[in-house]
Amino acid sequence: MWRDAALVAGRDLRVELRSRVTTNQVAPFSLLVLVLFAFALDPDRQLLERLASGLYWTAVLFAALLAISRSAAIDETDGVRDALRLSGLDPAGVFVGKAAAVAVVLLALELLLGVGVVVLYGVELAGAGLVVVAGLAATVAVAATGTLYGALVSGLRVRETLLPLLLLPVLAPVLIGATRAFEAALAGVPADGWPWCGLLAGLAVLYAVAGALAYGTLLEGS
Amino acid sequence: MEPVVHLRAAVALLGRFPALAGFDLDVARGEIVLLRGPNGAGKTTVLRACAGLVPVVRGEAVVLGHDLRLDPRPVRRHVGLLGHATGLFDDLTVADNVRFWGRACRADPGDIAAALALVGLDGRLRDVVVGRLSAGQRRRTSLACLLARRPALWLLDEPHAGLDHDTRDQLDALIGRAVRQGATVLLASHELDRAESLAHRVVELAGGTTAPARSAAPSDGSAPQAPPRRAPAAPSPEVSHVA
Repeated sequence: MWRDAALVAGRDLRVELRSRVTTNQVAPFSLLVLVLFAFALDPDRQLLERLASGLYWTAVLFAALLAISRSAAIDETDGVRDALRLSGLDPAGVFVGKAAAVAVVLLALELLLGVGVVVLYGVELAGAGLVVVAGLAATVAVAATGTLYGALVSGLRVRETLLPLLLLPVLAPVLIGATRAFEAALAGVPADGWPWCGLLAGLAVLYAVAGALAYGTLLEGS
Repeated sequence: MEPVVHLRAAVALLGRFPALAGFDLDVARGEIVLLRGPNGAGKTTVLRACAGLVPVVRGEAVVLGHDLRLDPRPVRRHVGLLGHATGLFDDLTVADNVRFWGRACRADPGDIAAALALVGLDGRLRDVVVGRLSAGQRRRTSLACLLARRPALWLLDEPHAGLDHDTRDQLDALIGRAVRQGATVLLASHELDRAESLAHRVVELAGGTTAPARSAAPSDGSAPQAPPRRAPAAPSPEVSHVA
């Protein structure tokens, strides 16, 4: 499974590097979301600082939707799904590989958005340990859920519009947990954030295991 | 000897539509069998069913010793399907694509390089992004992916479509080579002149089932000609129609 996962992750990341969609479209879009939040809330600078965690994770989720759609589209083109079924690749490995590639892209975007939040919202970094652990757990949860739902809607003509509709409600607990953990870290009370971090880790494991188990069925059914 | 493909009264559904409605077919090892019939006759469905991609819901369906009614997945690793879709990634190079699909089916790295060379993609085209290739070049890339798999059963759906004359000759030579090495070939084509000269046997389909026999003998009543590209190891040639 791990060999297949590495193969698929390498392919998806190579496609991303060659197509440059993440760097040329997704990254500017996610920064634009941060800027628009800043425009909307600029008169009240304190409010912007206070809401920075929530705005940050909302921007991450918007960026994630694009990254997940891209990832699902790779296997939608010109008979690739049939070729995957014929290849003998372990479906769990395909899922893990695709989720890992999405996670790598998301981490890069989160780093960029983090810089954006510091520059645009004037946030001072604190509680680095909690921020990193919560960020990693939330990223895995988003990537795993997104990959699973991306496969679920694949083959449907309305997949681009249906994916956010299905995915965002499922990711609401991740948004809440990550926002609370970041708020605690930035407020200098990391002890308040670790329980949220535990929730995020639990969600990440749950979604990853569910995805690995269900992906084969989704691959066959689409 | 057990046939490579054994379909008996096979029924396959596409949604609720019976794309195969009681189809019979036996293909021996080393045979090249041409499926012939009008559009919608079920040729592509036969190929996809043999690849384990379309479930056979009734009848008997055994391919390479695997009962497709029980589980179609184990046979997939041993077949190569060249269909209308290429299964390629537009943003990756020719070499990246062949390498990925080769590694996916655990092909030997030497076989992957050889596959690129066999279809003439080891030169400047090797590092060209697939999205910039012509339809024929994409087809050759798909063929390289199939060659890298070294499948026991080749399933070719309109294999000559989009290829120039030289590449068609090259494809026919590769099919002959594969058969000499022990592979079996099932192909569907509307380019009958070329496909019939390649095949050992012709099977007619109509409406998802085996069509009544239609004479393949020349109009002067002489015996049908043996396939000129017949592989030495292949069974004796026979242009016939299954009733």
